[in-house]
Amino acid sequence: MVLRLVERTAVLLVSLAVSSVLVFGFMAVLPGDPARVALGVNASDEAVAQLREQFGLDRSLATQYFDWLGGLLHADFGTSYVSKVAIGPQIFDRLQVTLWLVVVGMIVALVVAVPAGTVMAARHRKISGLALSAISQLGVAVPAFLAGILLIMLFAVKLGWLPANGWTPPASDPGMFLRQLILPALSLGLVQGAVLTRYVRSAVLDVLREDYLRTARAKGLRPFPALWRHGLRNAAVPVVTVLGLQLATLLIGAVVVERVFVIPGLGSLLLDGVSNRDLLLVQDVVMLLVVAVLVVNFLVDVLYVALDPRLRVGQR
Amino acid sequence: MSALVEEPEVAEQSDVLAVRGLTVSVRDKVLVEDVDLTVGPGERVGLIGESGSGKSLTALSVLGLLPEDVHAKGSVRLAGIDHDLIGADERQLARIRGRDLAMVFQEPMTALNPTMRVGDQIAEAMLIHRTVPNRRAARTAATALLDRVQLPGVARAYPHQLSGGQRQRVVVAIALANDPALLICDEPTTALDVTVQAMVLDLILQGVAARESALLFITHDLAVVATICQRVLVMYGGRVVESGPVHEVFTNPRHRYTEGLLAASDLDSAAHRLPTIPGNVPAAGNFPTGCVFRTRCAHATDICTTTPPWTGSASSGFACHHPAPDLVALETRRSSREVADD
Repeated sequence: MVLRLVERTAVLLVSLAVSSVLVFGFMAVLPGDPARVALGVNASDEAVAQLREQFGLDRSLATQYFDWLGGLLHADFGTSYVSKVAIGPQIFDRLQVTLWLVVVGMIVALVVAVPAGTVMAARHRKISGLALSAISQLGVAVPAFLAGILLIMLFAVKLGWLPANGWTPPASDPGMFLRQLILPALSLGLVQGAVLTRYVRSAVLDVLREDYLRTARAKGLRPFPALWRHGLRNAAVPVVTVLGLQLATLLIGAVVVERVFVIPGLGSLLLDGVSNRDLLLVQDVVMLLVVAVLVVNFLVDVLYVALDPRLRVGQR
Repeated sequence: MSALVEEPEVAEQSDVLAVRGLTVSVRDKVLVEDVDLTVGPGERVGLIGESGSGKSLTALSVLGLLPEDVHAKGSVRLAGIDHDLIGADERQLARIRGRDLAMVFQEPMTALNPTMRVGDQIAEAMLIHRTVPNRRAARTAATALLDRVQLPGVARAYPHQLSGGQRQRVVVAIALANDPALLICDEPTTALDVTVQAMVLDLILQGVAARESALLFITHDLAVVATICQRVLVMYGGRVVESGPVHEVFTNPRHRYTEGLLAASDLDSAAHRLPTIPGNVPAAGNFPTGCVFRTRCAHATDICTTTPPWTGSASSGFACHHPAPDLVALETRRSSREVADD
């Protein structure tokens, strides 16, 4: 078990290092000099050179990379080339917003997918199961932003139950915070939930065919309790894998959904950064997303070990 | 195999299990037809036949655990249960399964939940039916059961840490946890190494003897039946073709299929080339009309297209138009003639 943990950690560290090089390298080869962008096309060459020196862009790429990486390790994200404002505090502000969205979206997805997928599997030959399958199929086909627009039309415009957009920090007005969170979290979560439902369904179907489920029935457990006690943990292994991958999709989905609901999250920050040619900001946000995805996948690996004792090697 | 338990005199009237007219079908295909089967208290009954003969389906019908789409008709009664098991709802069946009626399956490698400690899996069997007062008592009882199947100290192990034979002993412990009136074993040793087969069989025998449980033992291994069972039913093509006390059926088979089966396994010597039954078991549900064995039988004639009647009593008889000669009767006749000649 310890061995596996060490091995996974090593993999995480290597992938972090490689991805940081890739993100940095990609930004470095992009055309467009941040100093010239900042000063405008009419700026004199001397002024640009001076700014380049100020930004540290005149140094070798390797120096710049290690400088950037060293900063990141100390949670120093550098200063924006465009706004001249420290990037770190901005990212942390926006990250709190996006995290709420992603986490609540994930919870929505799980709350939808686990029961729906289980019922679909258990009743896969019955009308109720087929109906659920059709609905989830529909859900898979709908992109999150469209779901968002539809939800706004129904619950905000037609019914007027919830605000159409906006964001209030939970500390200043918890009620409003929740009301504004519901629709974006639903549009993210329902779509992800529809996808996840398919995986839960097939995982549970696999488990239903297992001999140990028959053993559980032979012990005297009725079908659903048998599935609950003996099936779900076994079905969780493939589902957790997908869940880890989905978190990446969810982060990307959040970028779009934040636009639809006018939410000042990481996605909006990223899009603003792109349109302002704020290269360092974009680089930092992208790196942060990459780190998030890698760390989640690492946690998924660790979770496997918790779920499946067969992976705990070297233990009697 | 260790010393066998003394053969108890079996009371015929109060059967633990009484199966009458069991027919199992999937869509329009009949897989098991009109099977009658009784097991007396403490009796050990063998059910033999090739794969595809309907042995396992018969067992699963008794338990009510047939796969989806497969349906059973007929009657299955268990002593002490006031309703028929066929057609009973899940709630009723779940109360019986694991308490009055337990089963050991063929494949020990997949029969246990890989994510649960084996001790907990045994304890669960008792907790479901509340045969122990609490969790701690269940755990203690599970440890004791593991000791009984000679697996001390493995309660906290996961199935993957045990060998196939050890896992099957865990399955046996689960099945015996609530002292069932009837234990059904479906080829419990087929997937095991020869070296551990005897041990597992021994534990099953000791287990049922200690609890005075009846045993329905499904196998294709005639030698195993000969060692552990008192009575045997021979199945072919979804029907019982012959039944009777083990020594009678094995020494004096009347149905031509039983005769062929015994010749092909030849319990005594393997010095010469074993005779085989020509042809293969037809695919499930594709057995001929009339006598199900007629397409492979050297003695078949036109009359075999009609279903042969059952000859003999309910507990001992056969269904064949051209039975093998009754060796016992011949022997008796010959000896009486010799006596007369003298």
